[in-house]
Amino acid sequence: MKPAQPLYIANGRLLTGDGPPRDGALRCEGDRIVAVGDISPCEGDRIVNAKGRIVMPGLVDLGVFEIDKPAFHFGGITRAAVMPDQSPPLDYPARVRFAASYGKPDLWVHPICAATRALAGTELAEMALMKEAGARAVATGRRWIQDSGVMLRVLQYAAMLDLPVIAHAEDAALAGDAVATAGEMATRLGLSSAPSEAETLAIARDLALAEMSGAHLHFRQVTTAGGLTLVREAKRRGMRVTCGVTPAHFMLSDIAVADFRTFARLSPPLRTEDDRQAVRAALADGTIDVVASGHDPRGPEDKRLPFADAAPGMAGAETLLPLTLALVRDGVIDMGRACELLCRNPARILNVDAGMLAPGYEADIAIVDADRPWIVDSDRMAAQAGNTPFDKQPVQGRAIALFKGGTDVSH
Amino acid sequence: MSDTSSPDPDRTARNGEDAPHPVSGHRYPRGGAAFPPKDLVGISSLAPWQILYLLDEAEQYVALNRQRQKHVDTLAGLTIINAFFENSTRTLLSFEIAGKRLGADVVNMHAATSSVKKGETLIDTATTLNAMRADAIVIRHASSGAVQLIADKVACPVLNAGDGRHEHPTQALLDALTMRGWMRGRGQAEFAGLKVAICGDILHSRVARSNMLLLSALGAEIRVCAPPALMPHAVERMRVTPFTDFDAAIDGVDVVMMLRLQQERMAGPFIPSEREYRHLFGLTRERLRRAAPHALIMHPGPMNRGVEIDSDVADMVERSAITTQVEMGVAIRMACLDVLTRRARGVAGWENAA
Repeated sequence: MKPAQPLYIANGRLLTGDGPPRDGALRCEGDRIVAVGDISPCEGDRIVNAKGRIVMPGLVDLGVFEIDKPAFHFGGITRAAVMPDQSPPLDYPARVRFAASYGKPDLWVHPICAATRALAGTELAEMALMKEAGARAVATGRRWIQDSGVMLRVLQYAAMLDLPVIAHAEDAALAGDAVATAGEMATRLGLSSAPSEAETLAIARDLALAEMSGAHLHFRQVTTAGGLTLVREAKRRGMRVTCGVTPAHFMLSDIAVADFRTFARLSPPLRTEDDRQAVRAALADGTIDVVASGHDPRGPEDKRLPFADAAPGMAGAETLLPLTLALVRDGVIDMGRACELLCRNPARILNVDAGMLAPGYEADIAIVDADRPWIVDSDRMAAQAGNTPFDKQPVQGRAIALFKGGTDVSH
Repeated sequence: MSDTSSPDPDRTARNGEDAPHPVSGHRYPRGGAAFPPKDLVGISSLAPWQILYLLDEAEQYVALNRQRQKHVDTLAGLTIINAFFENSTRTLLSFEIAGKRLGADVVNMHAATSSVKKGETLIDTATTLNAMRADAIVIRHASSGAVQLIADKVACPVLNAGDGRHEHPTQALLDALTMRGWMRGRGQAEFAGLKVAICGDILHSRVARSNMLLLSALGAEIRVCAPPALMPHAVERMRVTPFTDFDAAIDGVDVVMMLRLQQERMAGPFIPSEREYRHLFGLTRERLRRAAPHALIMHPGPMNRGVEIDSDVADMVERSAITTQVEMGVAIRMACLDVLTRRARGVAGWENAA
């Protein structure tokens, strides 16, 4: 479905994914970008005036648990890589093919296939057939693969297919049934907890196996100082390793679970303030490559429970952009890097022609008012459920127009 | 280790004569302002004087329970529901007796064995109890935080009879009442500088948590002792001193509080065996000699005799307060039920408070 009329976005502050924003215009034909920068419109173009606002690539959300189009469009997200933890799981080619076509044309879904059958961590899934069906990566799912032999074979097989492996880094034996990070808060609330070393151990093992296999390893979330140190060192050695984080882990520490607030029950659990600061430092120094929403809307039947019985996860698609822009306002990162974290790097990991404003790339474009104030309200969210730990929090920054493949998909 | 958590024999000296002390004076705001909370979910939200208020209110019921005629009509016409989502004999019985002695209609709901475990059902159960117009609900649940969840959902007062490994406030209150009676009998200053050792499965114990909060609020010096696997992280932030050596922990203490080894809550191999546990952490007559000569022995029950406490120690008539604790339990629960229903009963001074 190609738009008949070429699109011309005038008077933008272009955030191309390469460097700081600069004044310019953008022209698209069909579903592709054809010209960027100091250009003029052609006869018959549909002209959109960005009025000096940020024009950036549509966000590429790496690792969501639910396809939630209204929430993604609200958040300026044009592509979402969906985790295999669906019901039934994405461990079978036909399911992957269905998921890949699910959101089209106004949202593209990139399926991440299961590394093992039923995500059980024992038998390899048909990764090659699922790649054929549209899978862009392989993931261990919400859990860690406990068997090191299986994990090694997953990494070797994925390396052969040139698919990145997305890992969840929590040592299963150490984590057990923990719902919180060991520390004062868990002790006071009487919650079962695991030390942050559960993450360090898992990362250390997976790095060692990835080094043997040569696979591209991506940790969906690295949330502790110890884990980030390991990733930083591995990158220095030249390993093919990348990692991400969700805004919750750079905005909140485990103080947020006080009063048993289940909206702050996440996996991995919220960490200490020292870990939160380590995450911010890693965002600043380039250790962290991706900020993703981990979008996981959960209704009251999953969340209005005693803390340990509640499901983990948060609805994060709508707050992804403003909370990342808050890092810019706090001086942790600059606008150019924000665009890399939200668009360019995740697109690169998924190996798709998106996440940048450059001729030949998909015309996935968000016009963003970076200063627009609004208040997160869990009762009035676009997402399927309002389980956000940022309820009633004032934020700044919002996508005011969104184009997918050159077509206006703004609500 | 932080300064506040270290054992501090000079606390009084350092703070000086004029330093405010939580147990001085026993003065409370008038009427309903003396205890504004709707519920009793935990010790953590109570000010020291609110704790003392409940203890003082319990004294009248200690006296009443020692009479032949143990019945009053204070709560006549009120319905109290004991909703126990986890098995209990002692606490349930104690709450039932407390309610009945106050003249209330007491109903027990045993939900422990049924499928009432998962979430919606819990909220639905709360709504159901609320619709039955209970005047107070007493809840025990296996999940930390479950009682608060219900308390936020119902209009009547909710009393926590133990939620997961979070809190068990009436147990801590009855322990404090027991200790205070004993201290008064000895003509001792109350709680300030009192050395208490709590030993056993601290990690899984809601009794330990509530006791740590209560005793530290009242100015006692608390030592906790457990094998490493049963000691919570960062426990020293709760103003207690952790020990793994029981002999060191018990050295010179005024009160030895033993906790039950909760086998049912131990998911993995936390300890090698019961006899090894006794070898390191059992309260034997010999070990007790390290405590102060007058030291009081406490246990919330039920005891594993020969594991955490030897029979001859548990049964020492002059030292063991274990049966007194049970007695104080009824009095403290009567006081809590009385205080929390005053607003609904329109007791003078409580009508418009909170």
